[in-house]
Amino acid sequence: MTSPLQQKLKITGPVVITANRLADGAVVYRAADGGWTTLINEAAIATTAPAASAMLAAAGADDVLVVGPYVAPVEPDADGRAQPGNLRERIRVAGPTFDLPVIVGA
Amino acid sequence: MPFIKAGRRTDDRFLRVADDAAIPESKPVLISAARLLATPAELSRRCAPTGVIWPNNRAIAELAPHLDRLALVALVFPSFRDGRAYSQARLLRERYRYRGELRATGDVLRDQFLFLTRAGFDAFEVKKEADADAFVAALARFSVVYQPSADDQVPAFRRRLNGGFQRDPAAQREAVS
Amino acid sequence: MYLYDTYDRALLAERVAEFRDQVARRLSGELSEDEFKPLRLMNGVYLQLHAYMLRIAIPYGSLSSDQMRMLAHVARRYDRGYGHFTTRQNIQFNWIKLADMPDVVADLATVELHAMQTSGNCVRNITSDQWAGVASDEIEDPRIWAEILRQHSTLHPEFTFLPRKFKIAITASAHDRAAIKVHDIGLRLFRNEQGEAGFEVVVGGGLGRTPFIGKVIRPFLKKRDFLSYIEAILRVYNQYGRRDNIYKARIKILVHELGAERFAQEVEAEWKAINNGELALDPAIVAGIAARFRYPDYNQLADDAPALTAARQSDRRFATWLGNSVANHKVAGYAIVTLSLKPEGGPPGDATAEQMEAIAELAERYSFGEIRVGHEQNLVLPHVAQHDLPELWRALDALGLATPNVGLISDIIACPGLDYCSLANARSIPIAQELTHRFGDLKRARELGRLHVNISGCINACGHHHVGHIGILGVEKNGEEVYQITLGGRADEAAQLGELLGPAVPYHQVADVIEDIVAAYLEVRARPDELFIDTLARVGIEPFKERVYAVH
Repeated sequence: MTSPLQQKLKITGPVVITANRLADGAVVYRAADGGWTTLINEAAIATTAPAASAMLAAAGADDVLVVGPYVAPVEPDADGRAQPGNLRERIRVAGPTFDLPVIVGA
Repeated sequence: MPFIKAGRRTDDRFLRVADDAAIPESKPVLISAARLLATPAELSRRCAPTGVIWPNNRAIAELAPHLDRLALVALVFPSFRDGRAYSQARLLRERYRYRGELRATGDVLRDQFLFLTRAGFDAFEVKKEADADAFVAALARFSVVYQPSADDQVPAFRRRLNGGFQRDPAAQREAVS
Repeated sequence: MYLYDTYDRALLAERVAEFRDQVARRLSGELSEDEFKPLRLMNGVYLQLHAYMLRIAIPYGSLSSDQMRMLAHVARRYDRGYGHFTTRQNIQFNWIKLADMPDVVADLATVELHAMQTSGNCVRNITSDQWAGVASDEIEDPRIWAEILRQHSTLHPEFTFLPRKFKIAITASAHDRAAIKVHDIGLRLFRNEQGEAGFEVVVGGGLGRTPFIGKVIRPFLKKRDFLSYIEAILRVYNQYGRRDNIYKARIKILVHELGAERFAQEVEAEWKAINNGELALDPAIVAGIAARFRYPDYNQLADDAPALTAARQSDRRFATWLGNSVANHKVAGYAIVTLSLKPEGGPPGDATAEQMEAIAELAERYSFGEIRVGHEQNLVLPHVAQHDLPELWRALDALGLATPNVGLISDIIACPGLDYCSLANARSIPIAQELTHRFGDLKRARELGRLHVNISGCINACGHHHVGHIGILGVEKNGEEVYQITLGGRADEAAQLGELLGPAVPYHQVADVIEDIVAAYLEVRARPDELFIDTLARVGIEPFKERVYAVH
């Protein structure tokens, strides 16, 4: 969970590119077609550093859609789909690890 | 690169001259600090205007003795986030009473135009075309400033003293001070 | 409370319009993120783990009921129904969309609230004592000076692109409730031997990667020289602060590398050139700002109203709260009430929109419409008549805002941590929650006495762990959250940095370790009323080390 903002690109397992959507800040993942999805299990997985770098560079060019793309580790599930690979990414998928207040009369 | 002087786009009359190139006698030239400091007497003899590019990590005090022979001082923003030249500009205008052209160069963007002008800059080598077009609008953004600076805007505290604090319709209590 | 005049309102409206334009240019792609980021930071907009976060300034911690209602409105309309009060007297909202930010700041401006310069490499919110204006031990209201400085530092053309962030705090009491010694500039308003009021100027304090206690560079600064001297400090910093390494860019590093004496000389030299210029403060200017501060029209009351005495005797829970959360006021018959935002199991410093609205109303009824925010992440109602205390308490109790744990072990100061923050390495809120459960027994907490626990989720130290009696710093090791524990920090006038207890402790053991520390304290303290911090000073850290690391 060392802030990925200081990462050098070397990877030790499967990764995805993740970022936040510009307009609303939502957590998004880069999909195989170059688009962005809010669902981690639709994210394109890279398994080599060059592939990850290429995806990251392409993501960086999407400045008008997303902000702050970086490489995040994942653990593919039985169907080969990405699941979060560390606590930081689990929190980004599921939200804070405690109950948030119930909204009353919004 | 768009150039702004006296509030409008215009042509830059100064020629940048590399350290190892000859200085044309009758053209305005912009030279490096190193060159200025190495050959001050020679430059004094010039009839055409001389300008210097002064790096943002050198004290203005070093430049001060040469100001009376300079028509232009160009200061540098290596990144717009590096704000050292704002202090340099204010010192030039307010401490050393420099009256020549004060030019912002480097990473000069629209959202800094007002700060730059207030710090004393009156010429800008602007990075982006669209920003140059928006110069006048950028300066008109704020009608109130809180602090005195190198420009002639009157800070709020002085306007209040001169014009009196805005009286509130509601009753006011004298606060202790 | 400072009331804006037409100039203040004009500037704020213009800032709102500018920001709206900047956001539009970002959303259209005209501005890149690289160009936009410093601009949005200077309007308090961060990008965090899940979403954008907006940090709204509460200048020197003073808030009106209308302003509190607006914060509730923001929570409901644009966010998820709650906000977080921070260690710098600001409030943070965690879920606002960038596209909504212009409307949010426009709404805030209608009640003279803003998010200007709550981030970025500029001068941040000027913080002060949450008891300013009502504490018996202060010489004058420091908020007047905080407001003068707030204006001076807002959109300052020379100091908007400093090497790094710049934090200033000001107190007017010998007992420092504003932590001035761990700020970039700390100011203490006091009377010298001649009886003249002026400022002690402390520079170069700060926490984070390289914590320092600030150094006095000017023992006495006249009021007249307040702005010119601070201008000189900022100018020296702007020119000579390091720009090559963001971890060495704060003024504390410059002061450390030059030495306090040489730094002070640089400031003096610069100051001598400007001290008789436009920034020499005319007393009329100070008086003008002071005149825009509203003070309550206090009634003539006596201390210990019969209603109060009766309630104290008849209701044990009320008496407990009274003894814990209510402090003496400088005006007879009044009291300063702290609202604990640290209920058992709750994230420290959070309040829901409902609570905010309720507090706004209670403030109107009982506190002349004024609320304060403290850096310990609690709120204060600063002007409560003593005879109103029983009724107020019943209302607060029903709202979950009367936990009588102010200053006790469960009154924890914590940053948002990895649950929210993209800079974090570890979580802090669940640690705090667990500790409030372990020490949920209020009788036990009272037995332990005043004991400040501070938790940070990374080395940036937003939880101020360095200056906690017990400091907890979350770090990451091999993908796991582990926590370094320090003991003996203080944030007050005797400010000091905590000492490392020993090897870092895994997430699941932190609460046990705190229990061991507490057990050691109980064994070793000289008397029941010897505070933890004093016991530690007397016996040193060894007995605590032994206890904790023998078992673990």
